[in-house]
Amino acid sequence: MKRRLIRLGIGTLIFSVAFALMASAKALSAAAFLAAYIIVGYRVIFKAARNILNGKVFDENFLMAVASIGAFIVGEYPEAVAVMLFYQVGELFEDYAVGKSRKSIADLMNIRPDYANLKTGSGVEKVSPEQVKVGEIIVIRPGEKVPLDGIVVSGHSTLNTAALTGESLPRDVGCGSEILSGCINLSGLIEVRTEKEFGQSTVSRILELVENATSQKARTENFITRFAAVYTPAVVGAAVLLAIMPPLLTDTAAFSDWLYRALNFLVVSCPCALVISVPLGFFGGIGAASKIGVLVKGSNYLEAAAHAEYVVMDKTGTLTRGVFEVEKVQPAEGFEGGPERLLKLAAAAESNSSHPISLSLRRAAESNYGFKAEAVSAEDVTELAGHGVSAEIDGYKVIVGNHKLMNKWGLDFKTPCEAGTVVYVAVDGAYAGYILIADQLKVDAADAVEGLKKKGITTVMLTGDSKTAADSAGKKLGMDRVYSQLLPEDKVNIVSELSREKSEKGKLLFVGDGINDAPVLARADVGVAMGGLGSDAAIEAADIVIMDDSPSKLLDLMRISRKTISIVKQNIVFALGVKLLVLVLSALGLASMWAAVFADVGVSILAIINSMRALKEK
Amino acid sequence: MKKTYLLEDLCCANCAAAIERDVAKISGVNGASVNFLTTKMILEVEEENYEETLKRIKKIVKKNEPDVTIKEI
Repeated sequence: MKRRLIRLGIGTLIFSVAFALMASAKALSAAAFLAAYIIVGYRVIFKAARNILNGKVFDENFLMAVASIGAFIVGEYPEAVAVMLFYQVGELFEDYAVGKSRKSIADLMNIRPDYANLKTGSGVEKVSPEQVKVGEIIVIRPGEKVPLDGIVVSGHSTLNTAALTGESLPRDVGCGSEILSGCINLSGLIEVRTEKEFGQSTVSRILELVENATSQKARTENFITRFAAVYTPAVVGAAVLLAIMPPLLTDTAAFSDWLYRALNFLVVSCPCALVISVPLGFFGGIGAASKIGVLVKGSNYLEAAAHAEYVVMDKTGTLTRGVFEVEKVQPAEGFEGGPERLLKLAAAAESNSSHPISLSLRRAAESNYGFKAEAVSAEDVTELAGHGVSAEIDGYKVIVGNHKLMNKWGLDFKTPCEAGTVVYVAVDGAYAGYILIADQLKVDAADAVEGLKKKGITTVMLTGDSKTAADSAGKKLGMDRVYSQLLPEDKVNIVSELSREKSEKGKLLFVGDGINDAPVLARADVGVAMGGLGSDAAIEAADIVIMDDSPSKLLDLMRISRKTISIVKQNIVFALGVKLLVLVLSALGLASMWAAVFADVGVSILAIINSMRALKEK
Repeated sequence: MKKTYLLEDLCCANCAAAIERDVAKISGVNGASVNFLTTKMILEVEEENYEETLKRIKKIVKKNEPDVTIKEI
């Protein structure tokens, strides 16, 4: 790099001397131009000659060599040197810009751990993560990256999972917690038993996925590659015709003038600006998405996401948390003690059960009132399978269960109309109230749906759940359409139907939790899986994986993909526009070779800089 | 079988595209992808006669970019 700079510096100096001498000493100036030309351009000419010997003709070096030698022949000495000089300066800039982009991509990949502290019989040894086998114990100190997936066997700490999820909130881990490679250990020393080899660990899989993503090419990229393959021969062919035909056909046309115009064509004939900047734009977009915890498996999927018309979402696990929580505690009229006593009695009666509903009752009692159900002695506990439990608590006879249990005891109760699972409570033979337990919507689910609708996207919810539960969730979120009580094959049919409904260019995204949605994920134009953390099935089946569970990441994905597409389009229009303009002006004899050099390297540099904006998108 | 090579000193995007195009045409290569940014070439190749195929691949790379060195990773 430095040597190239010095060479170019000396060349420029001689070039300006030659320029100054042009008026006074013609012969001396010509010699100086030649010297400058050789200093600046010998490598290009050398490379061109070598490539011709290798059987490769339409090479950039060759085109530049021919153009500049041609300029010498027609007597345009300054321009001959200038072409070489600017070409080389441009190349230098281009290399710099490419190097810079490669570096920002490498930074992005910087989550790869360099070592693992393996616990051996004699102490702790620093080894490369590849050498650690499944079931061995590794030590992770504060500030270190987690090298392999595993389970904490001692110590506790907080982990920064931002590299995987884009989520900045640290996660607490302790004995028994599963931890994933790529996280950073923040506070305490932990010992971890490895569960996977390095190659299978989350961090390796993510890196491989992102790196290989660009091999799945977007339509725009394929178009550019095909275009580039015909563009250069076409422009070179036009140059030959331009040099030969007008002087042959008319008497007034001077050969040297038309040759000069033809040489301009050669300078513009490299499609490099497009060939670099389009894939770079997509790579940047994929990089930006992975920074916020959205993995995109191919440029084609990023491109498709930008054209989404329908977003079809599964309910449980995607829009809802898939965890049952107490939503409402409703004491019956005249029940003494209000919601607090009702919930405490129910939790105490259920204190021996590990059923998800019992757990949610106990969790609610503890978090709302600091009530520990285990501490209360529940006596005479009888479980009535499929109905509920009865128990004696502090001398009160408490019955907790579903409507069948209430009917069995002949109690008078009202059926609430809210969606969810209802747990009825009776105390001392009288109906005491009910507790509504429901799957909770994710905090950002409503924002996600609203944002999608604002972008003009039709939102559809599919679920195997009951109609009441589905409609209530759909209404709260403002979904355009809700389909409920579906079997997995119904979901496939509905997605197929919607695919026919959308416009030709529009795309259908399906968002699911990836566990039993594999057929639908495959059927949709783009399958998006939620909660990639830890779920191998989701990473395998989907085209795009949202690493943390937030549906609002869909909006970020849309924004990044649309931005990427617009950057790519700008580059295509700009590069082709400038090149076409210079070609037309050259053919008319209005453009100098300086303009042609700008249309080649100048445009490349600007397009690369523009592409890098895709990576910066947050 | 999948093979990954590092193309060191790959510095021209157009050449990378040309390498990708030409390598994919070799018999015994089912798929080729050259990533200009990571300078990696990922190939899906037949196991049979791979030595022979590799020679041809190297020849194509040399022809398009004489300065590149190929390393298997």
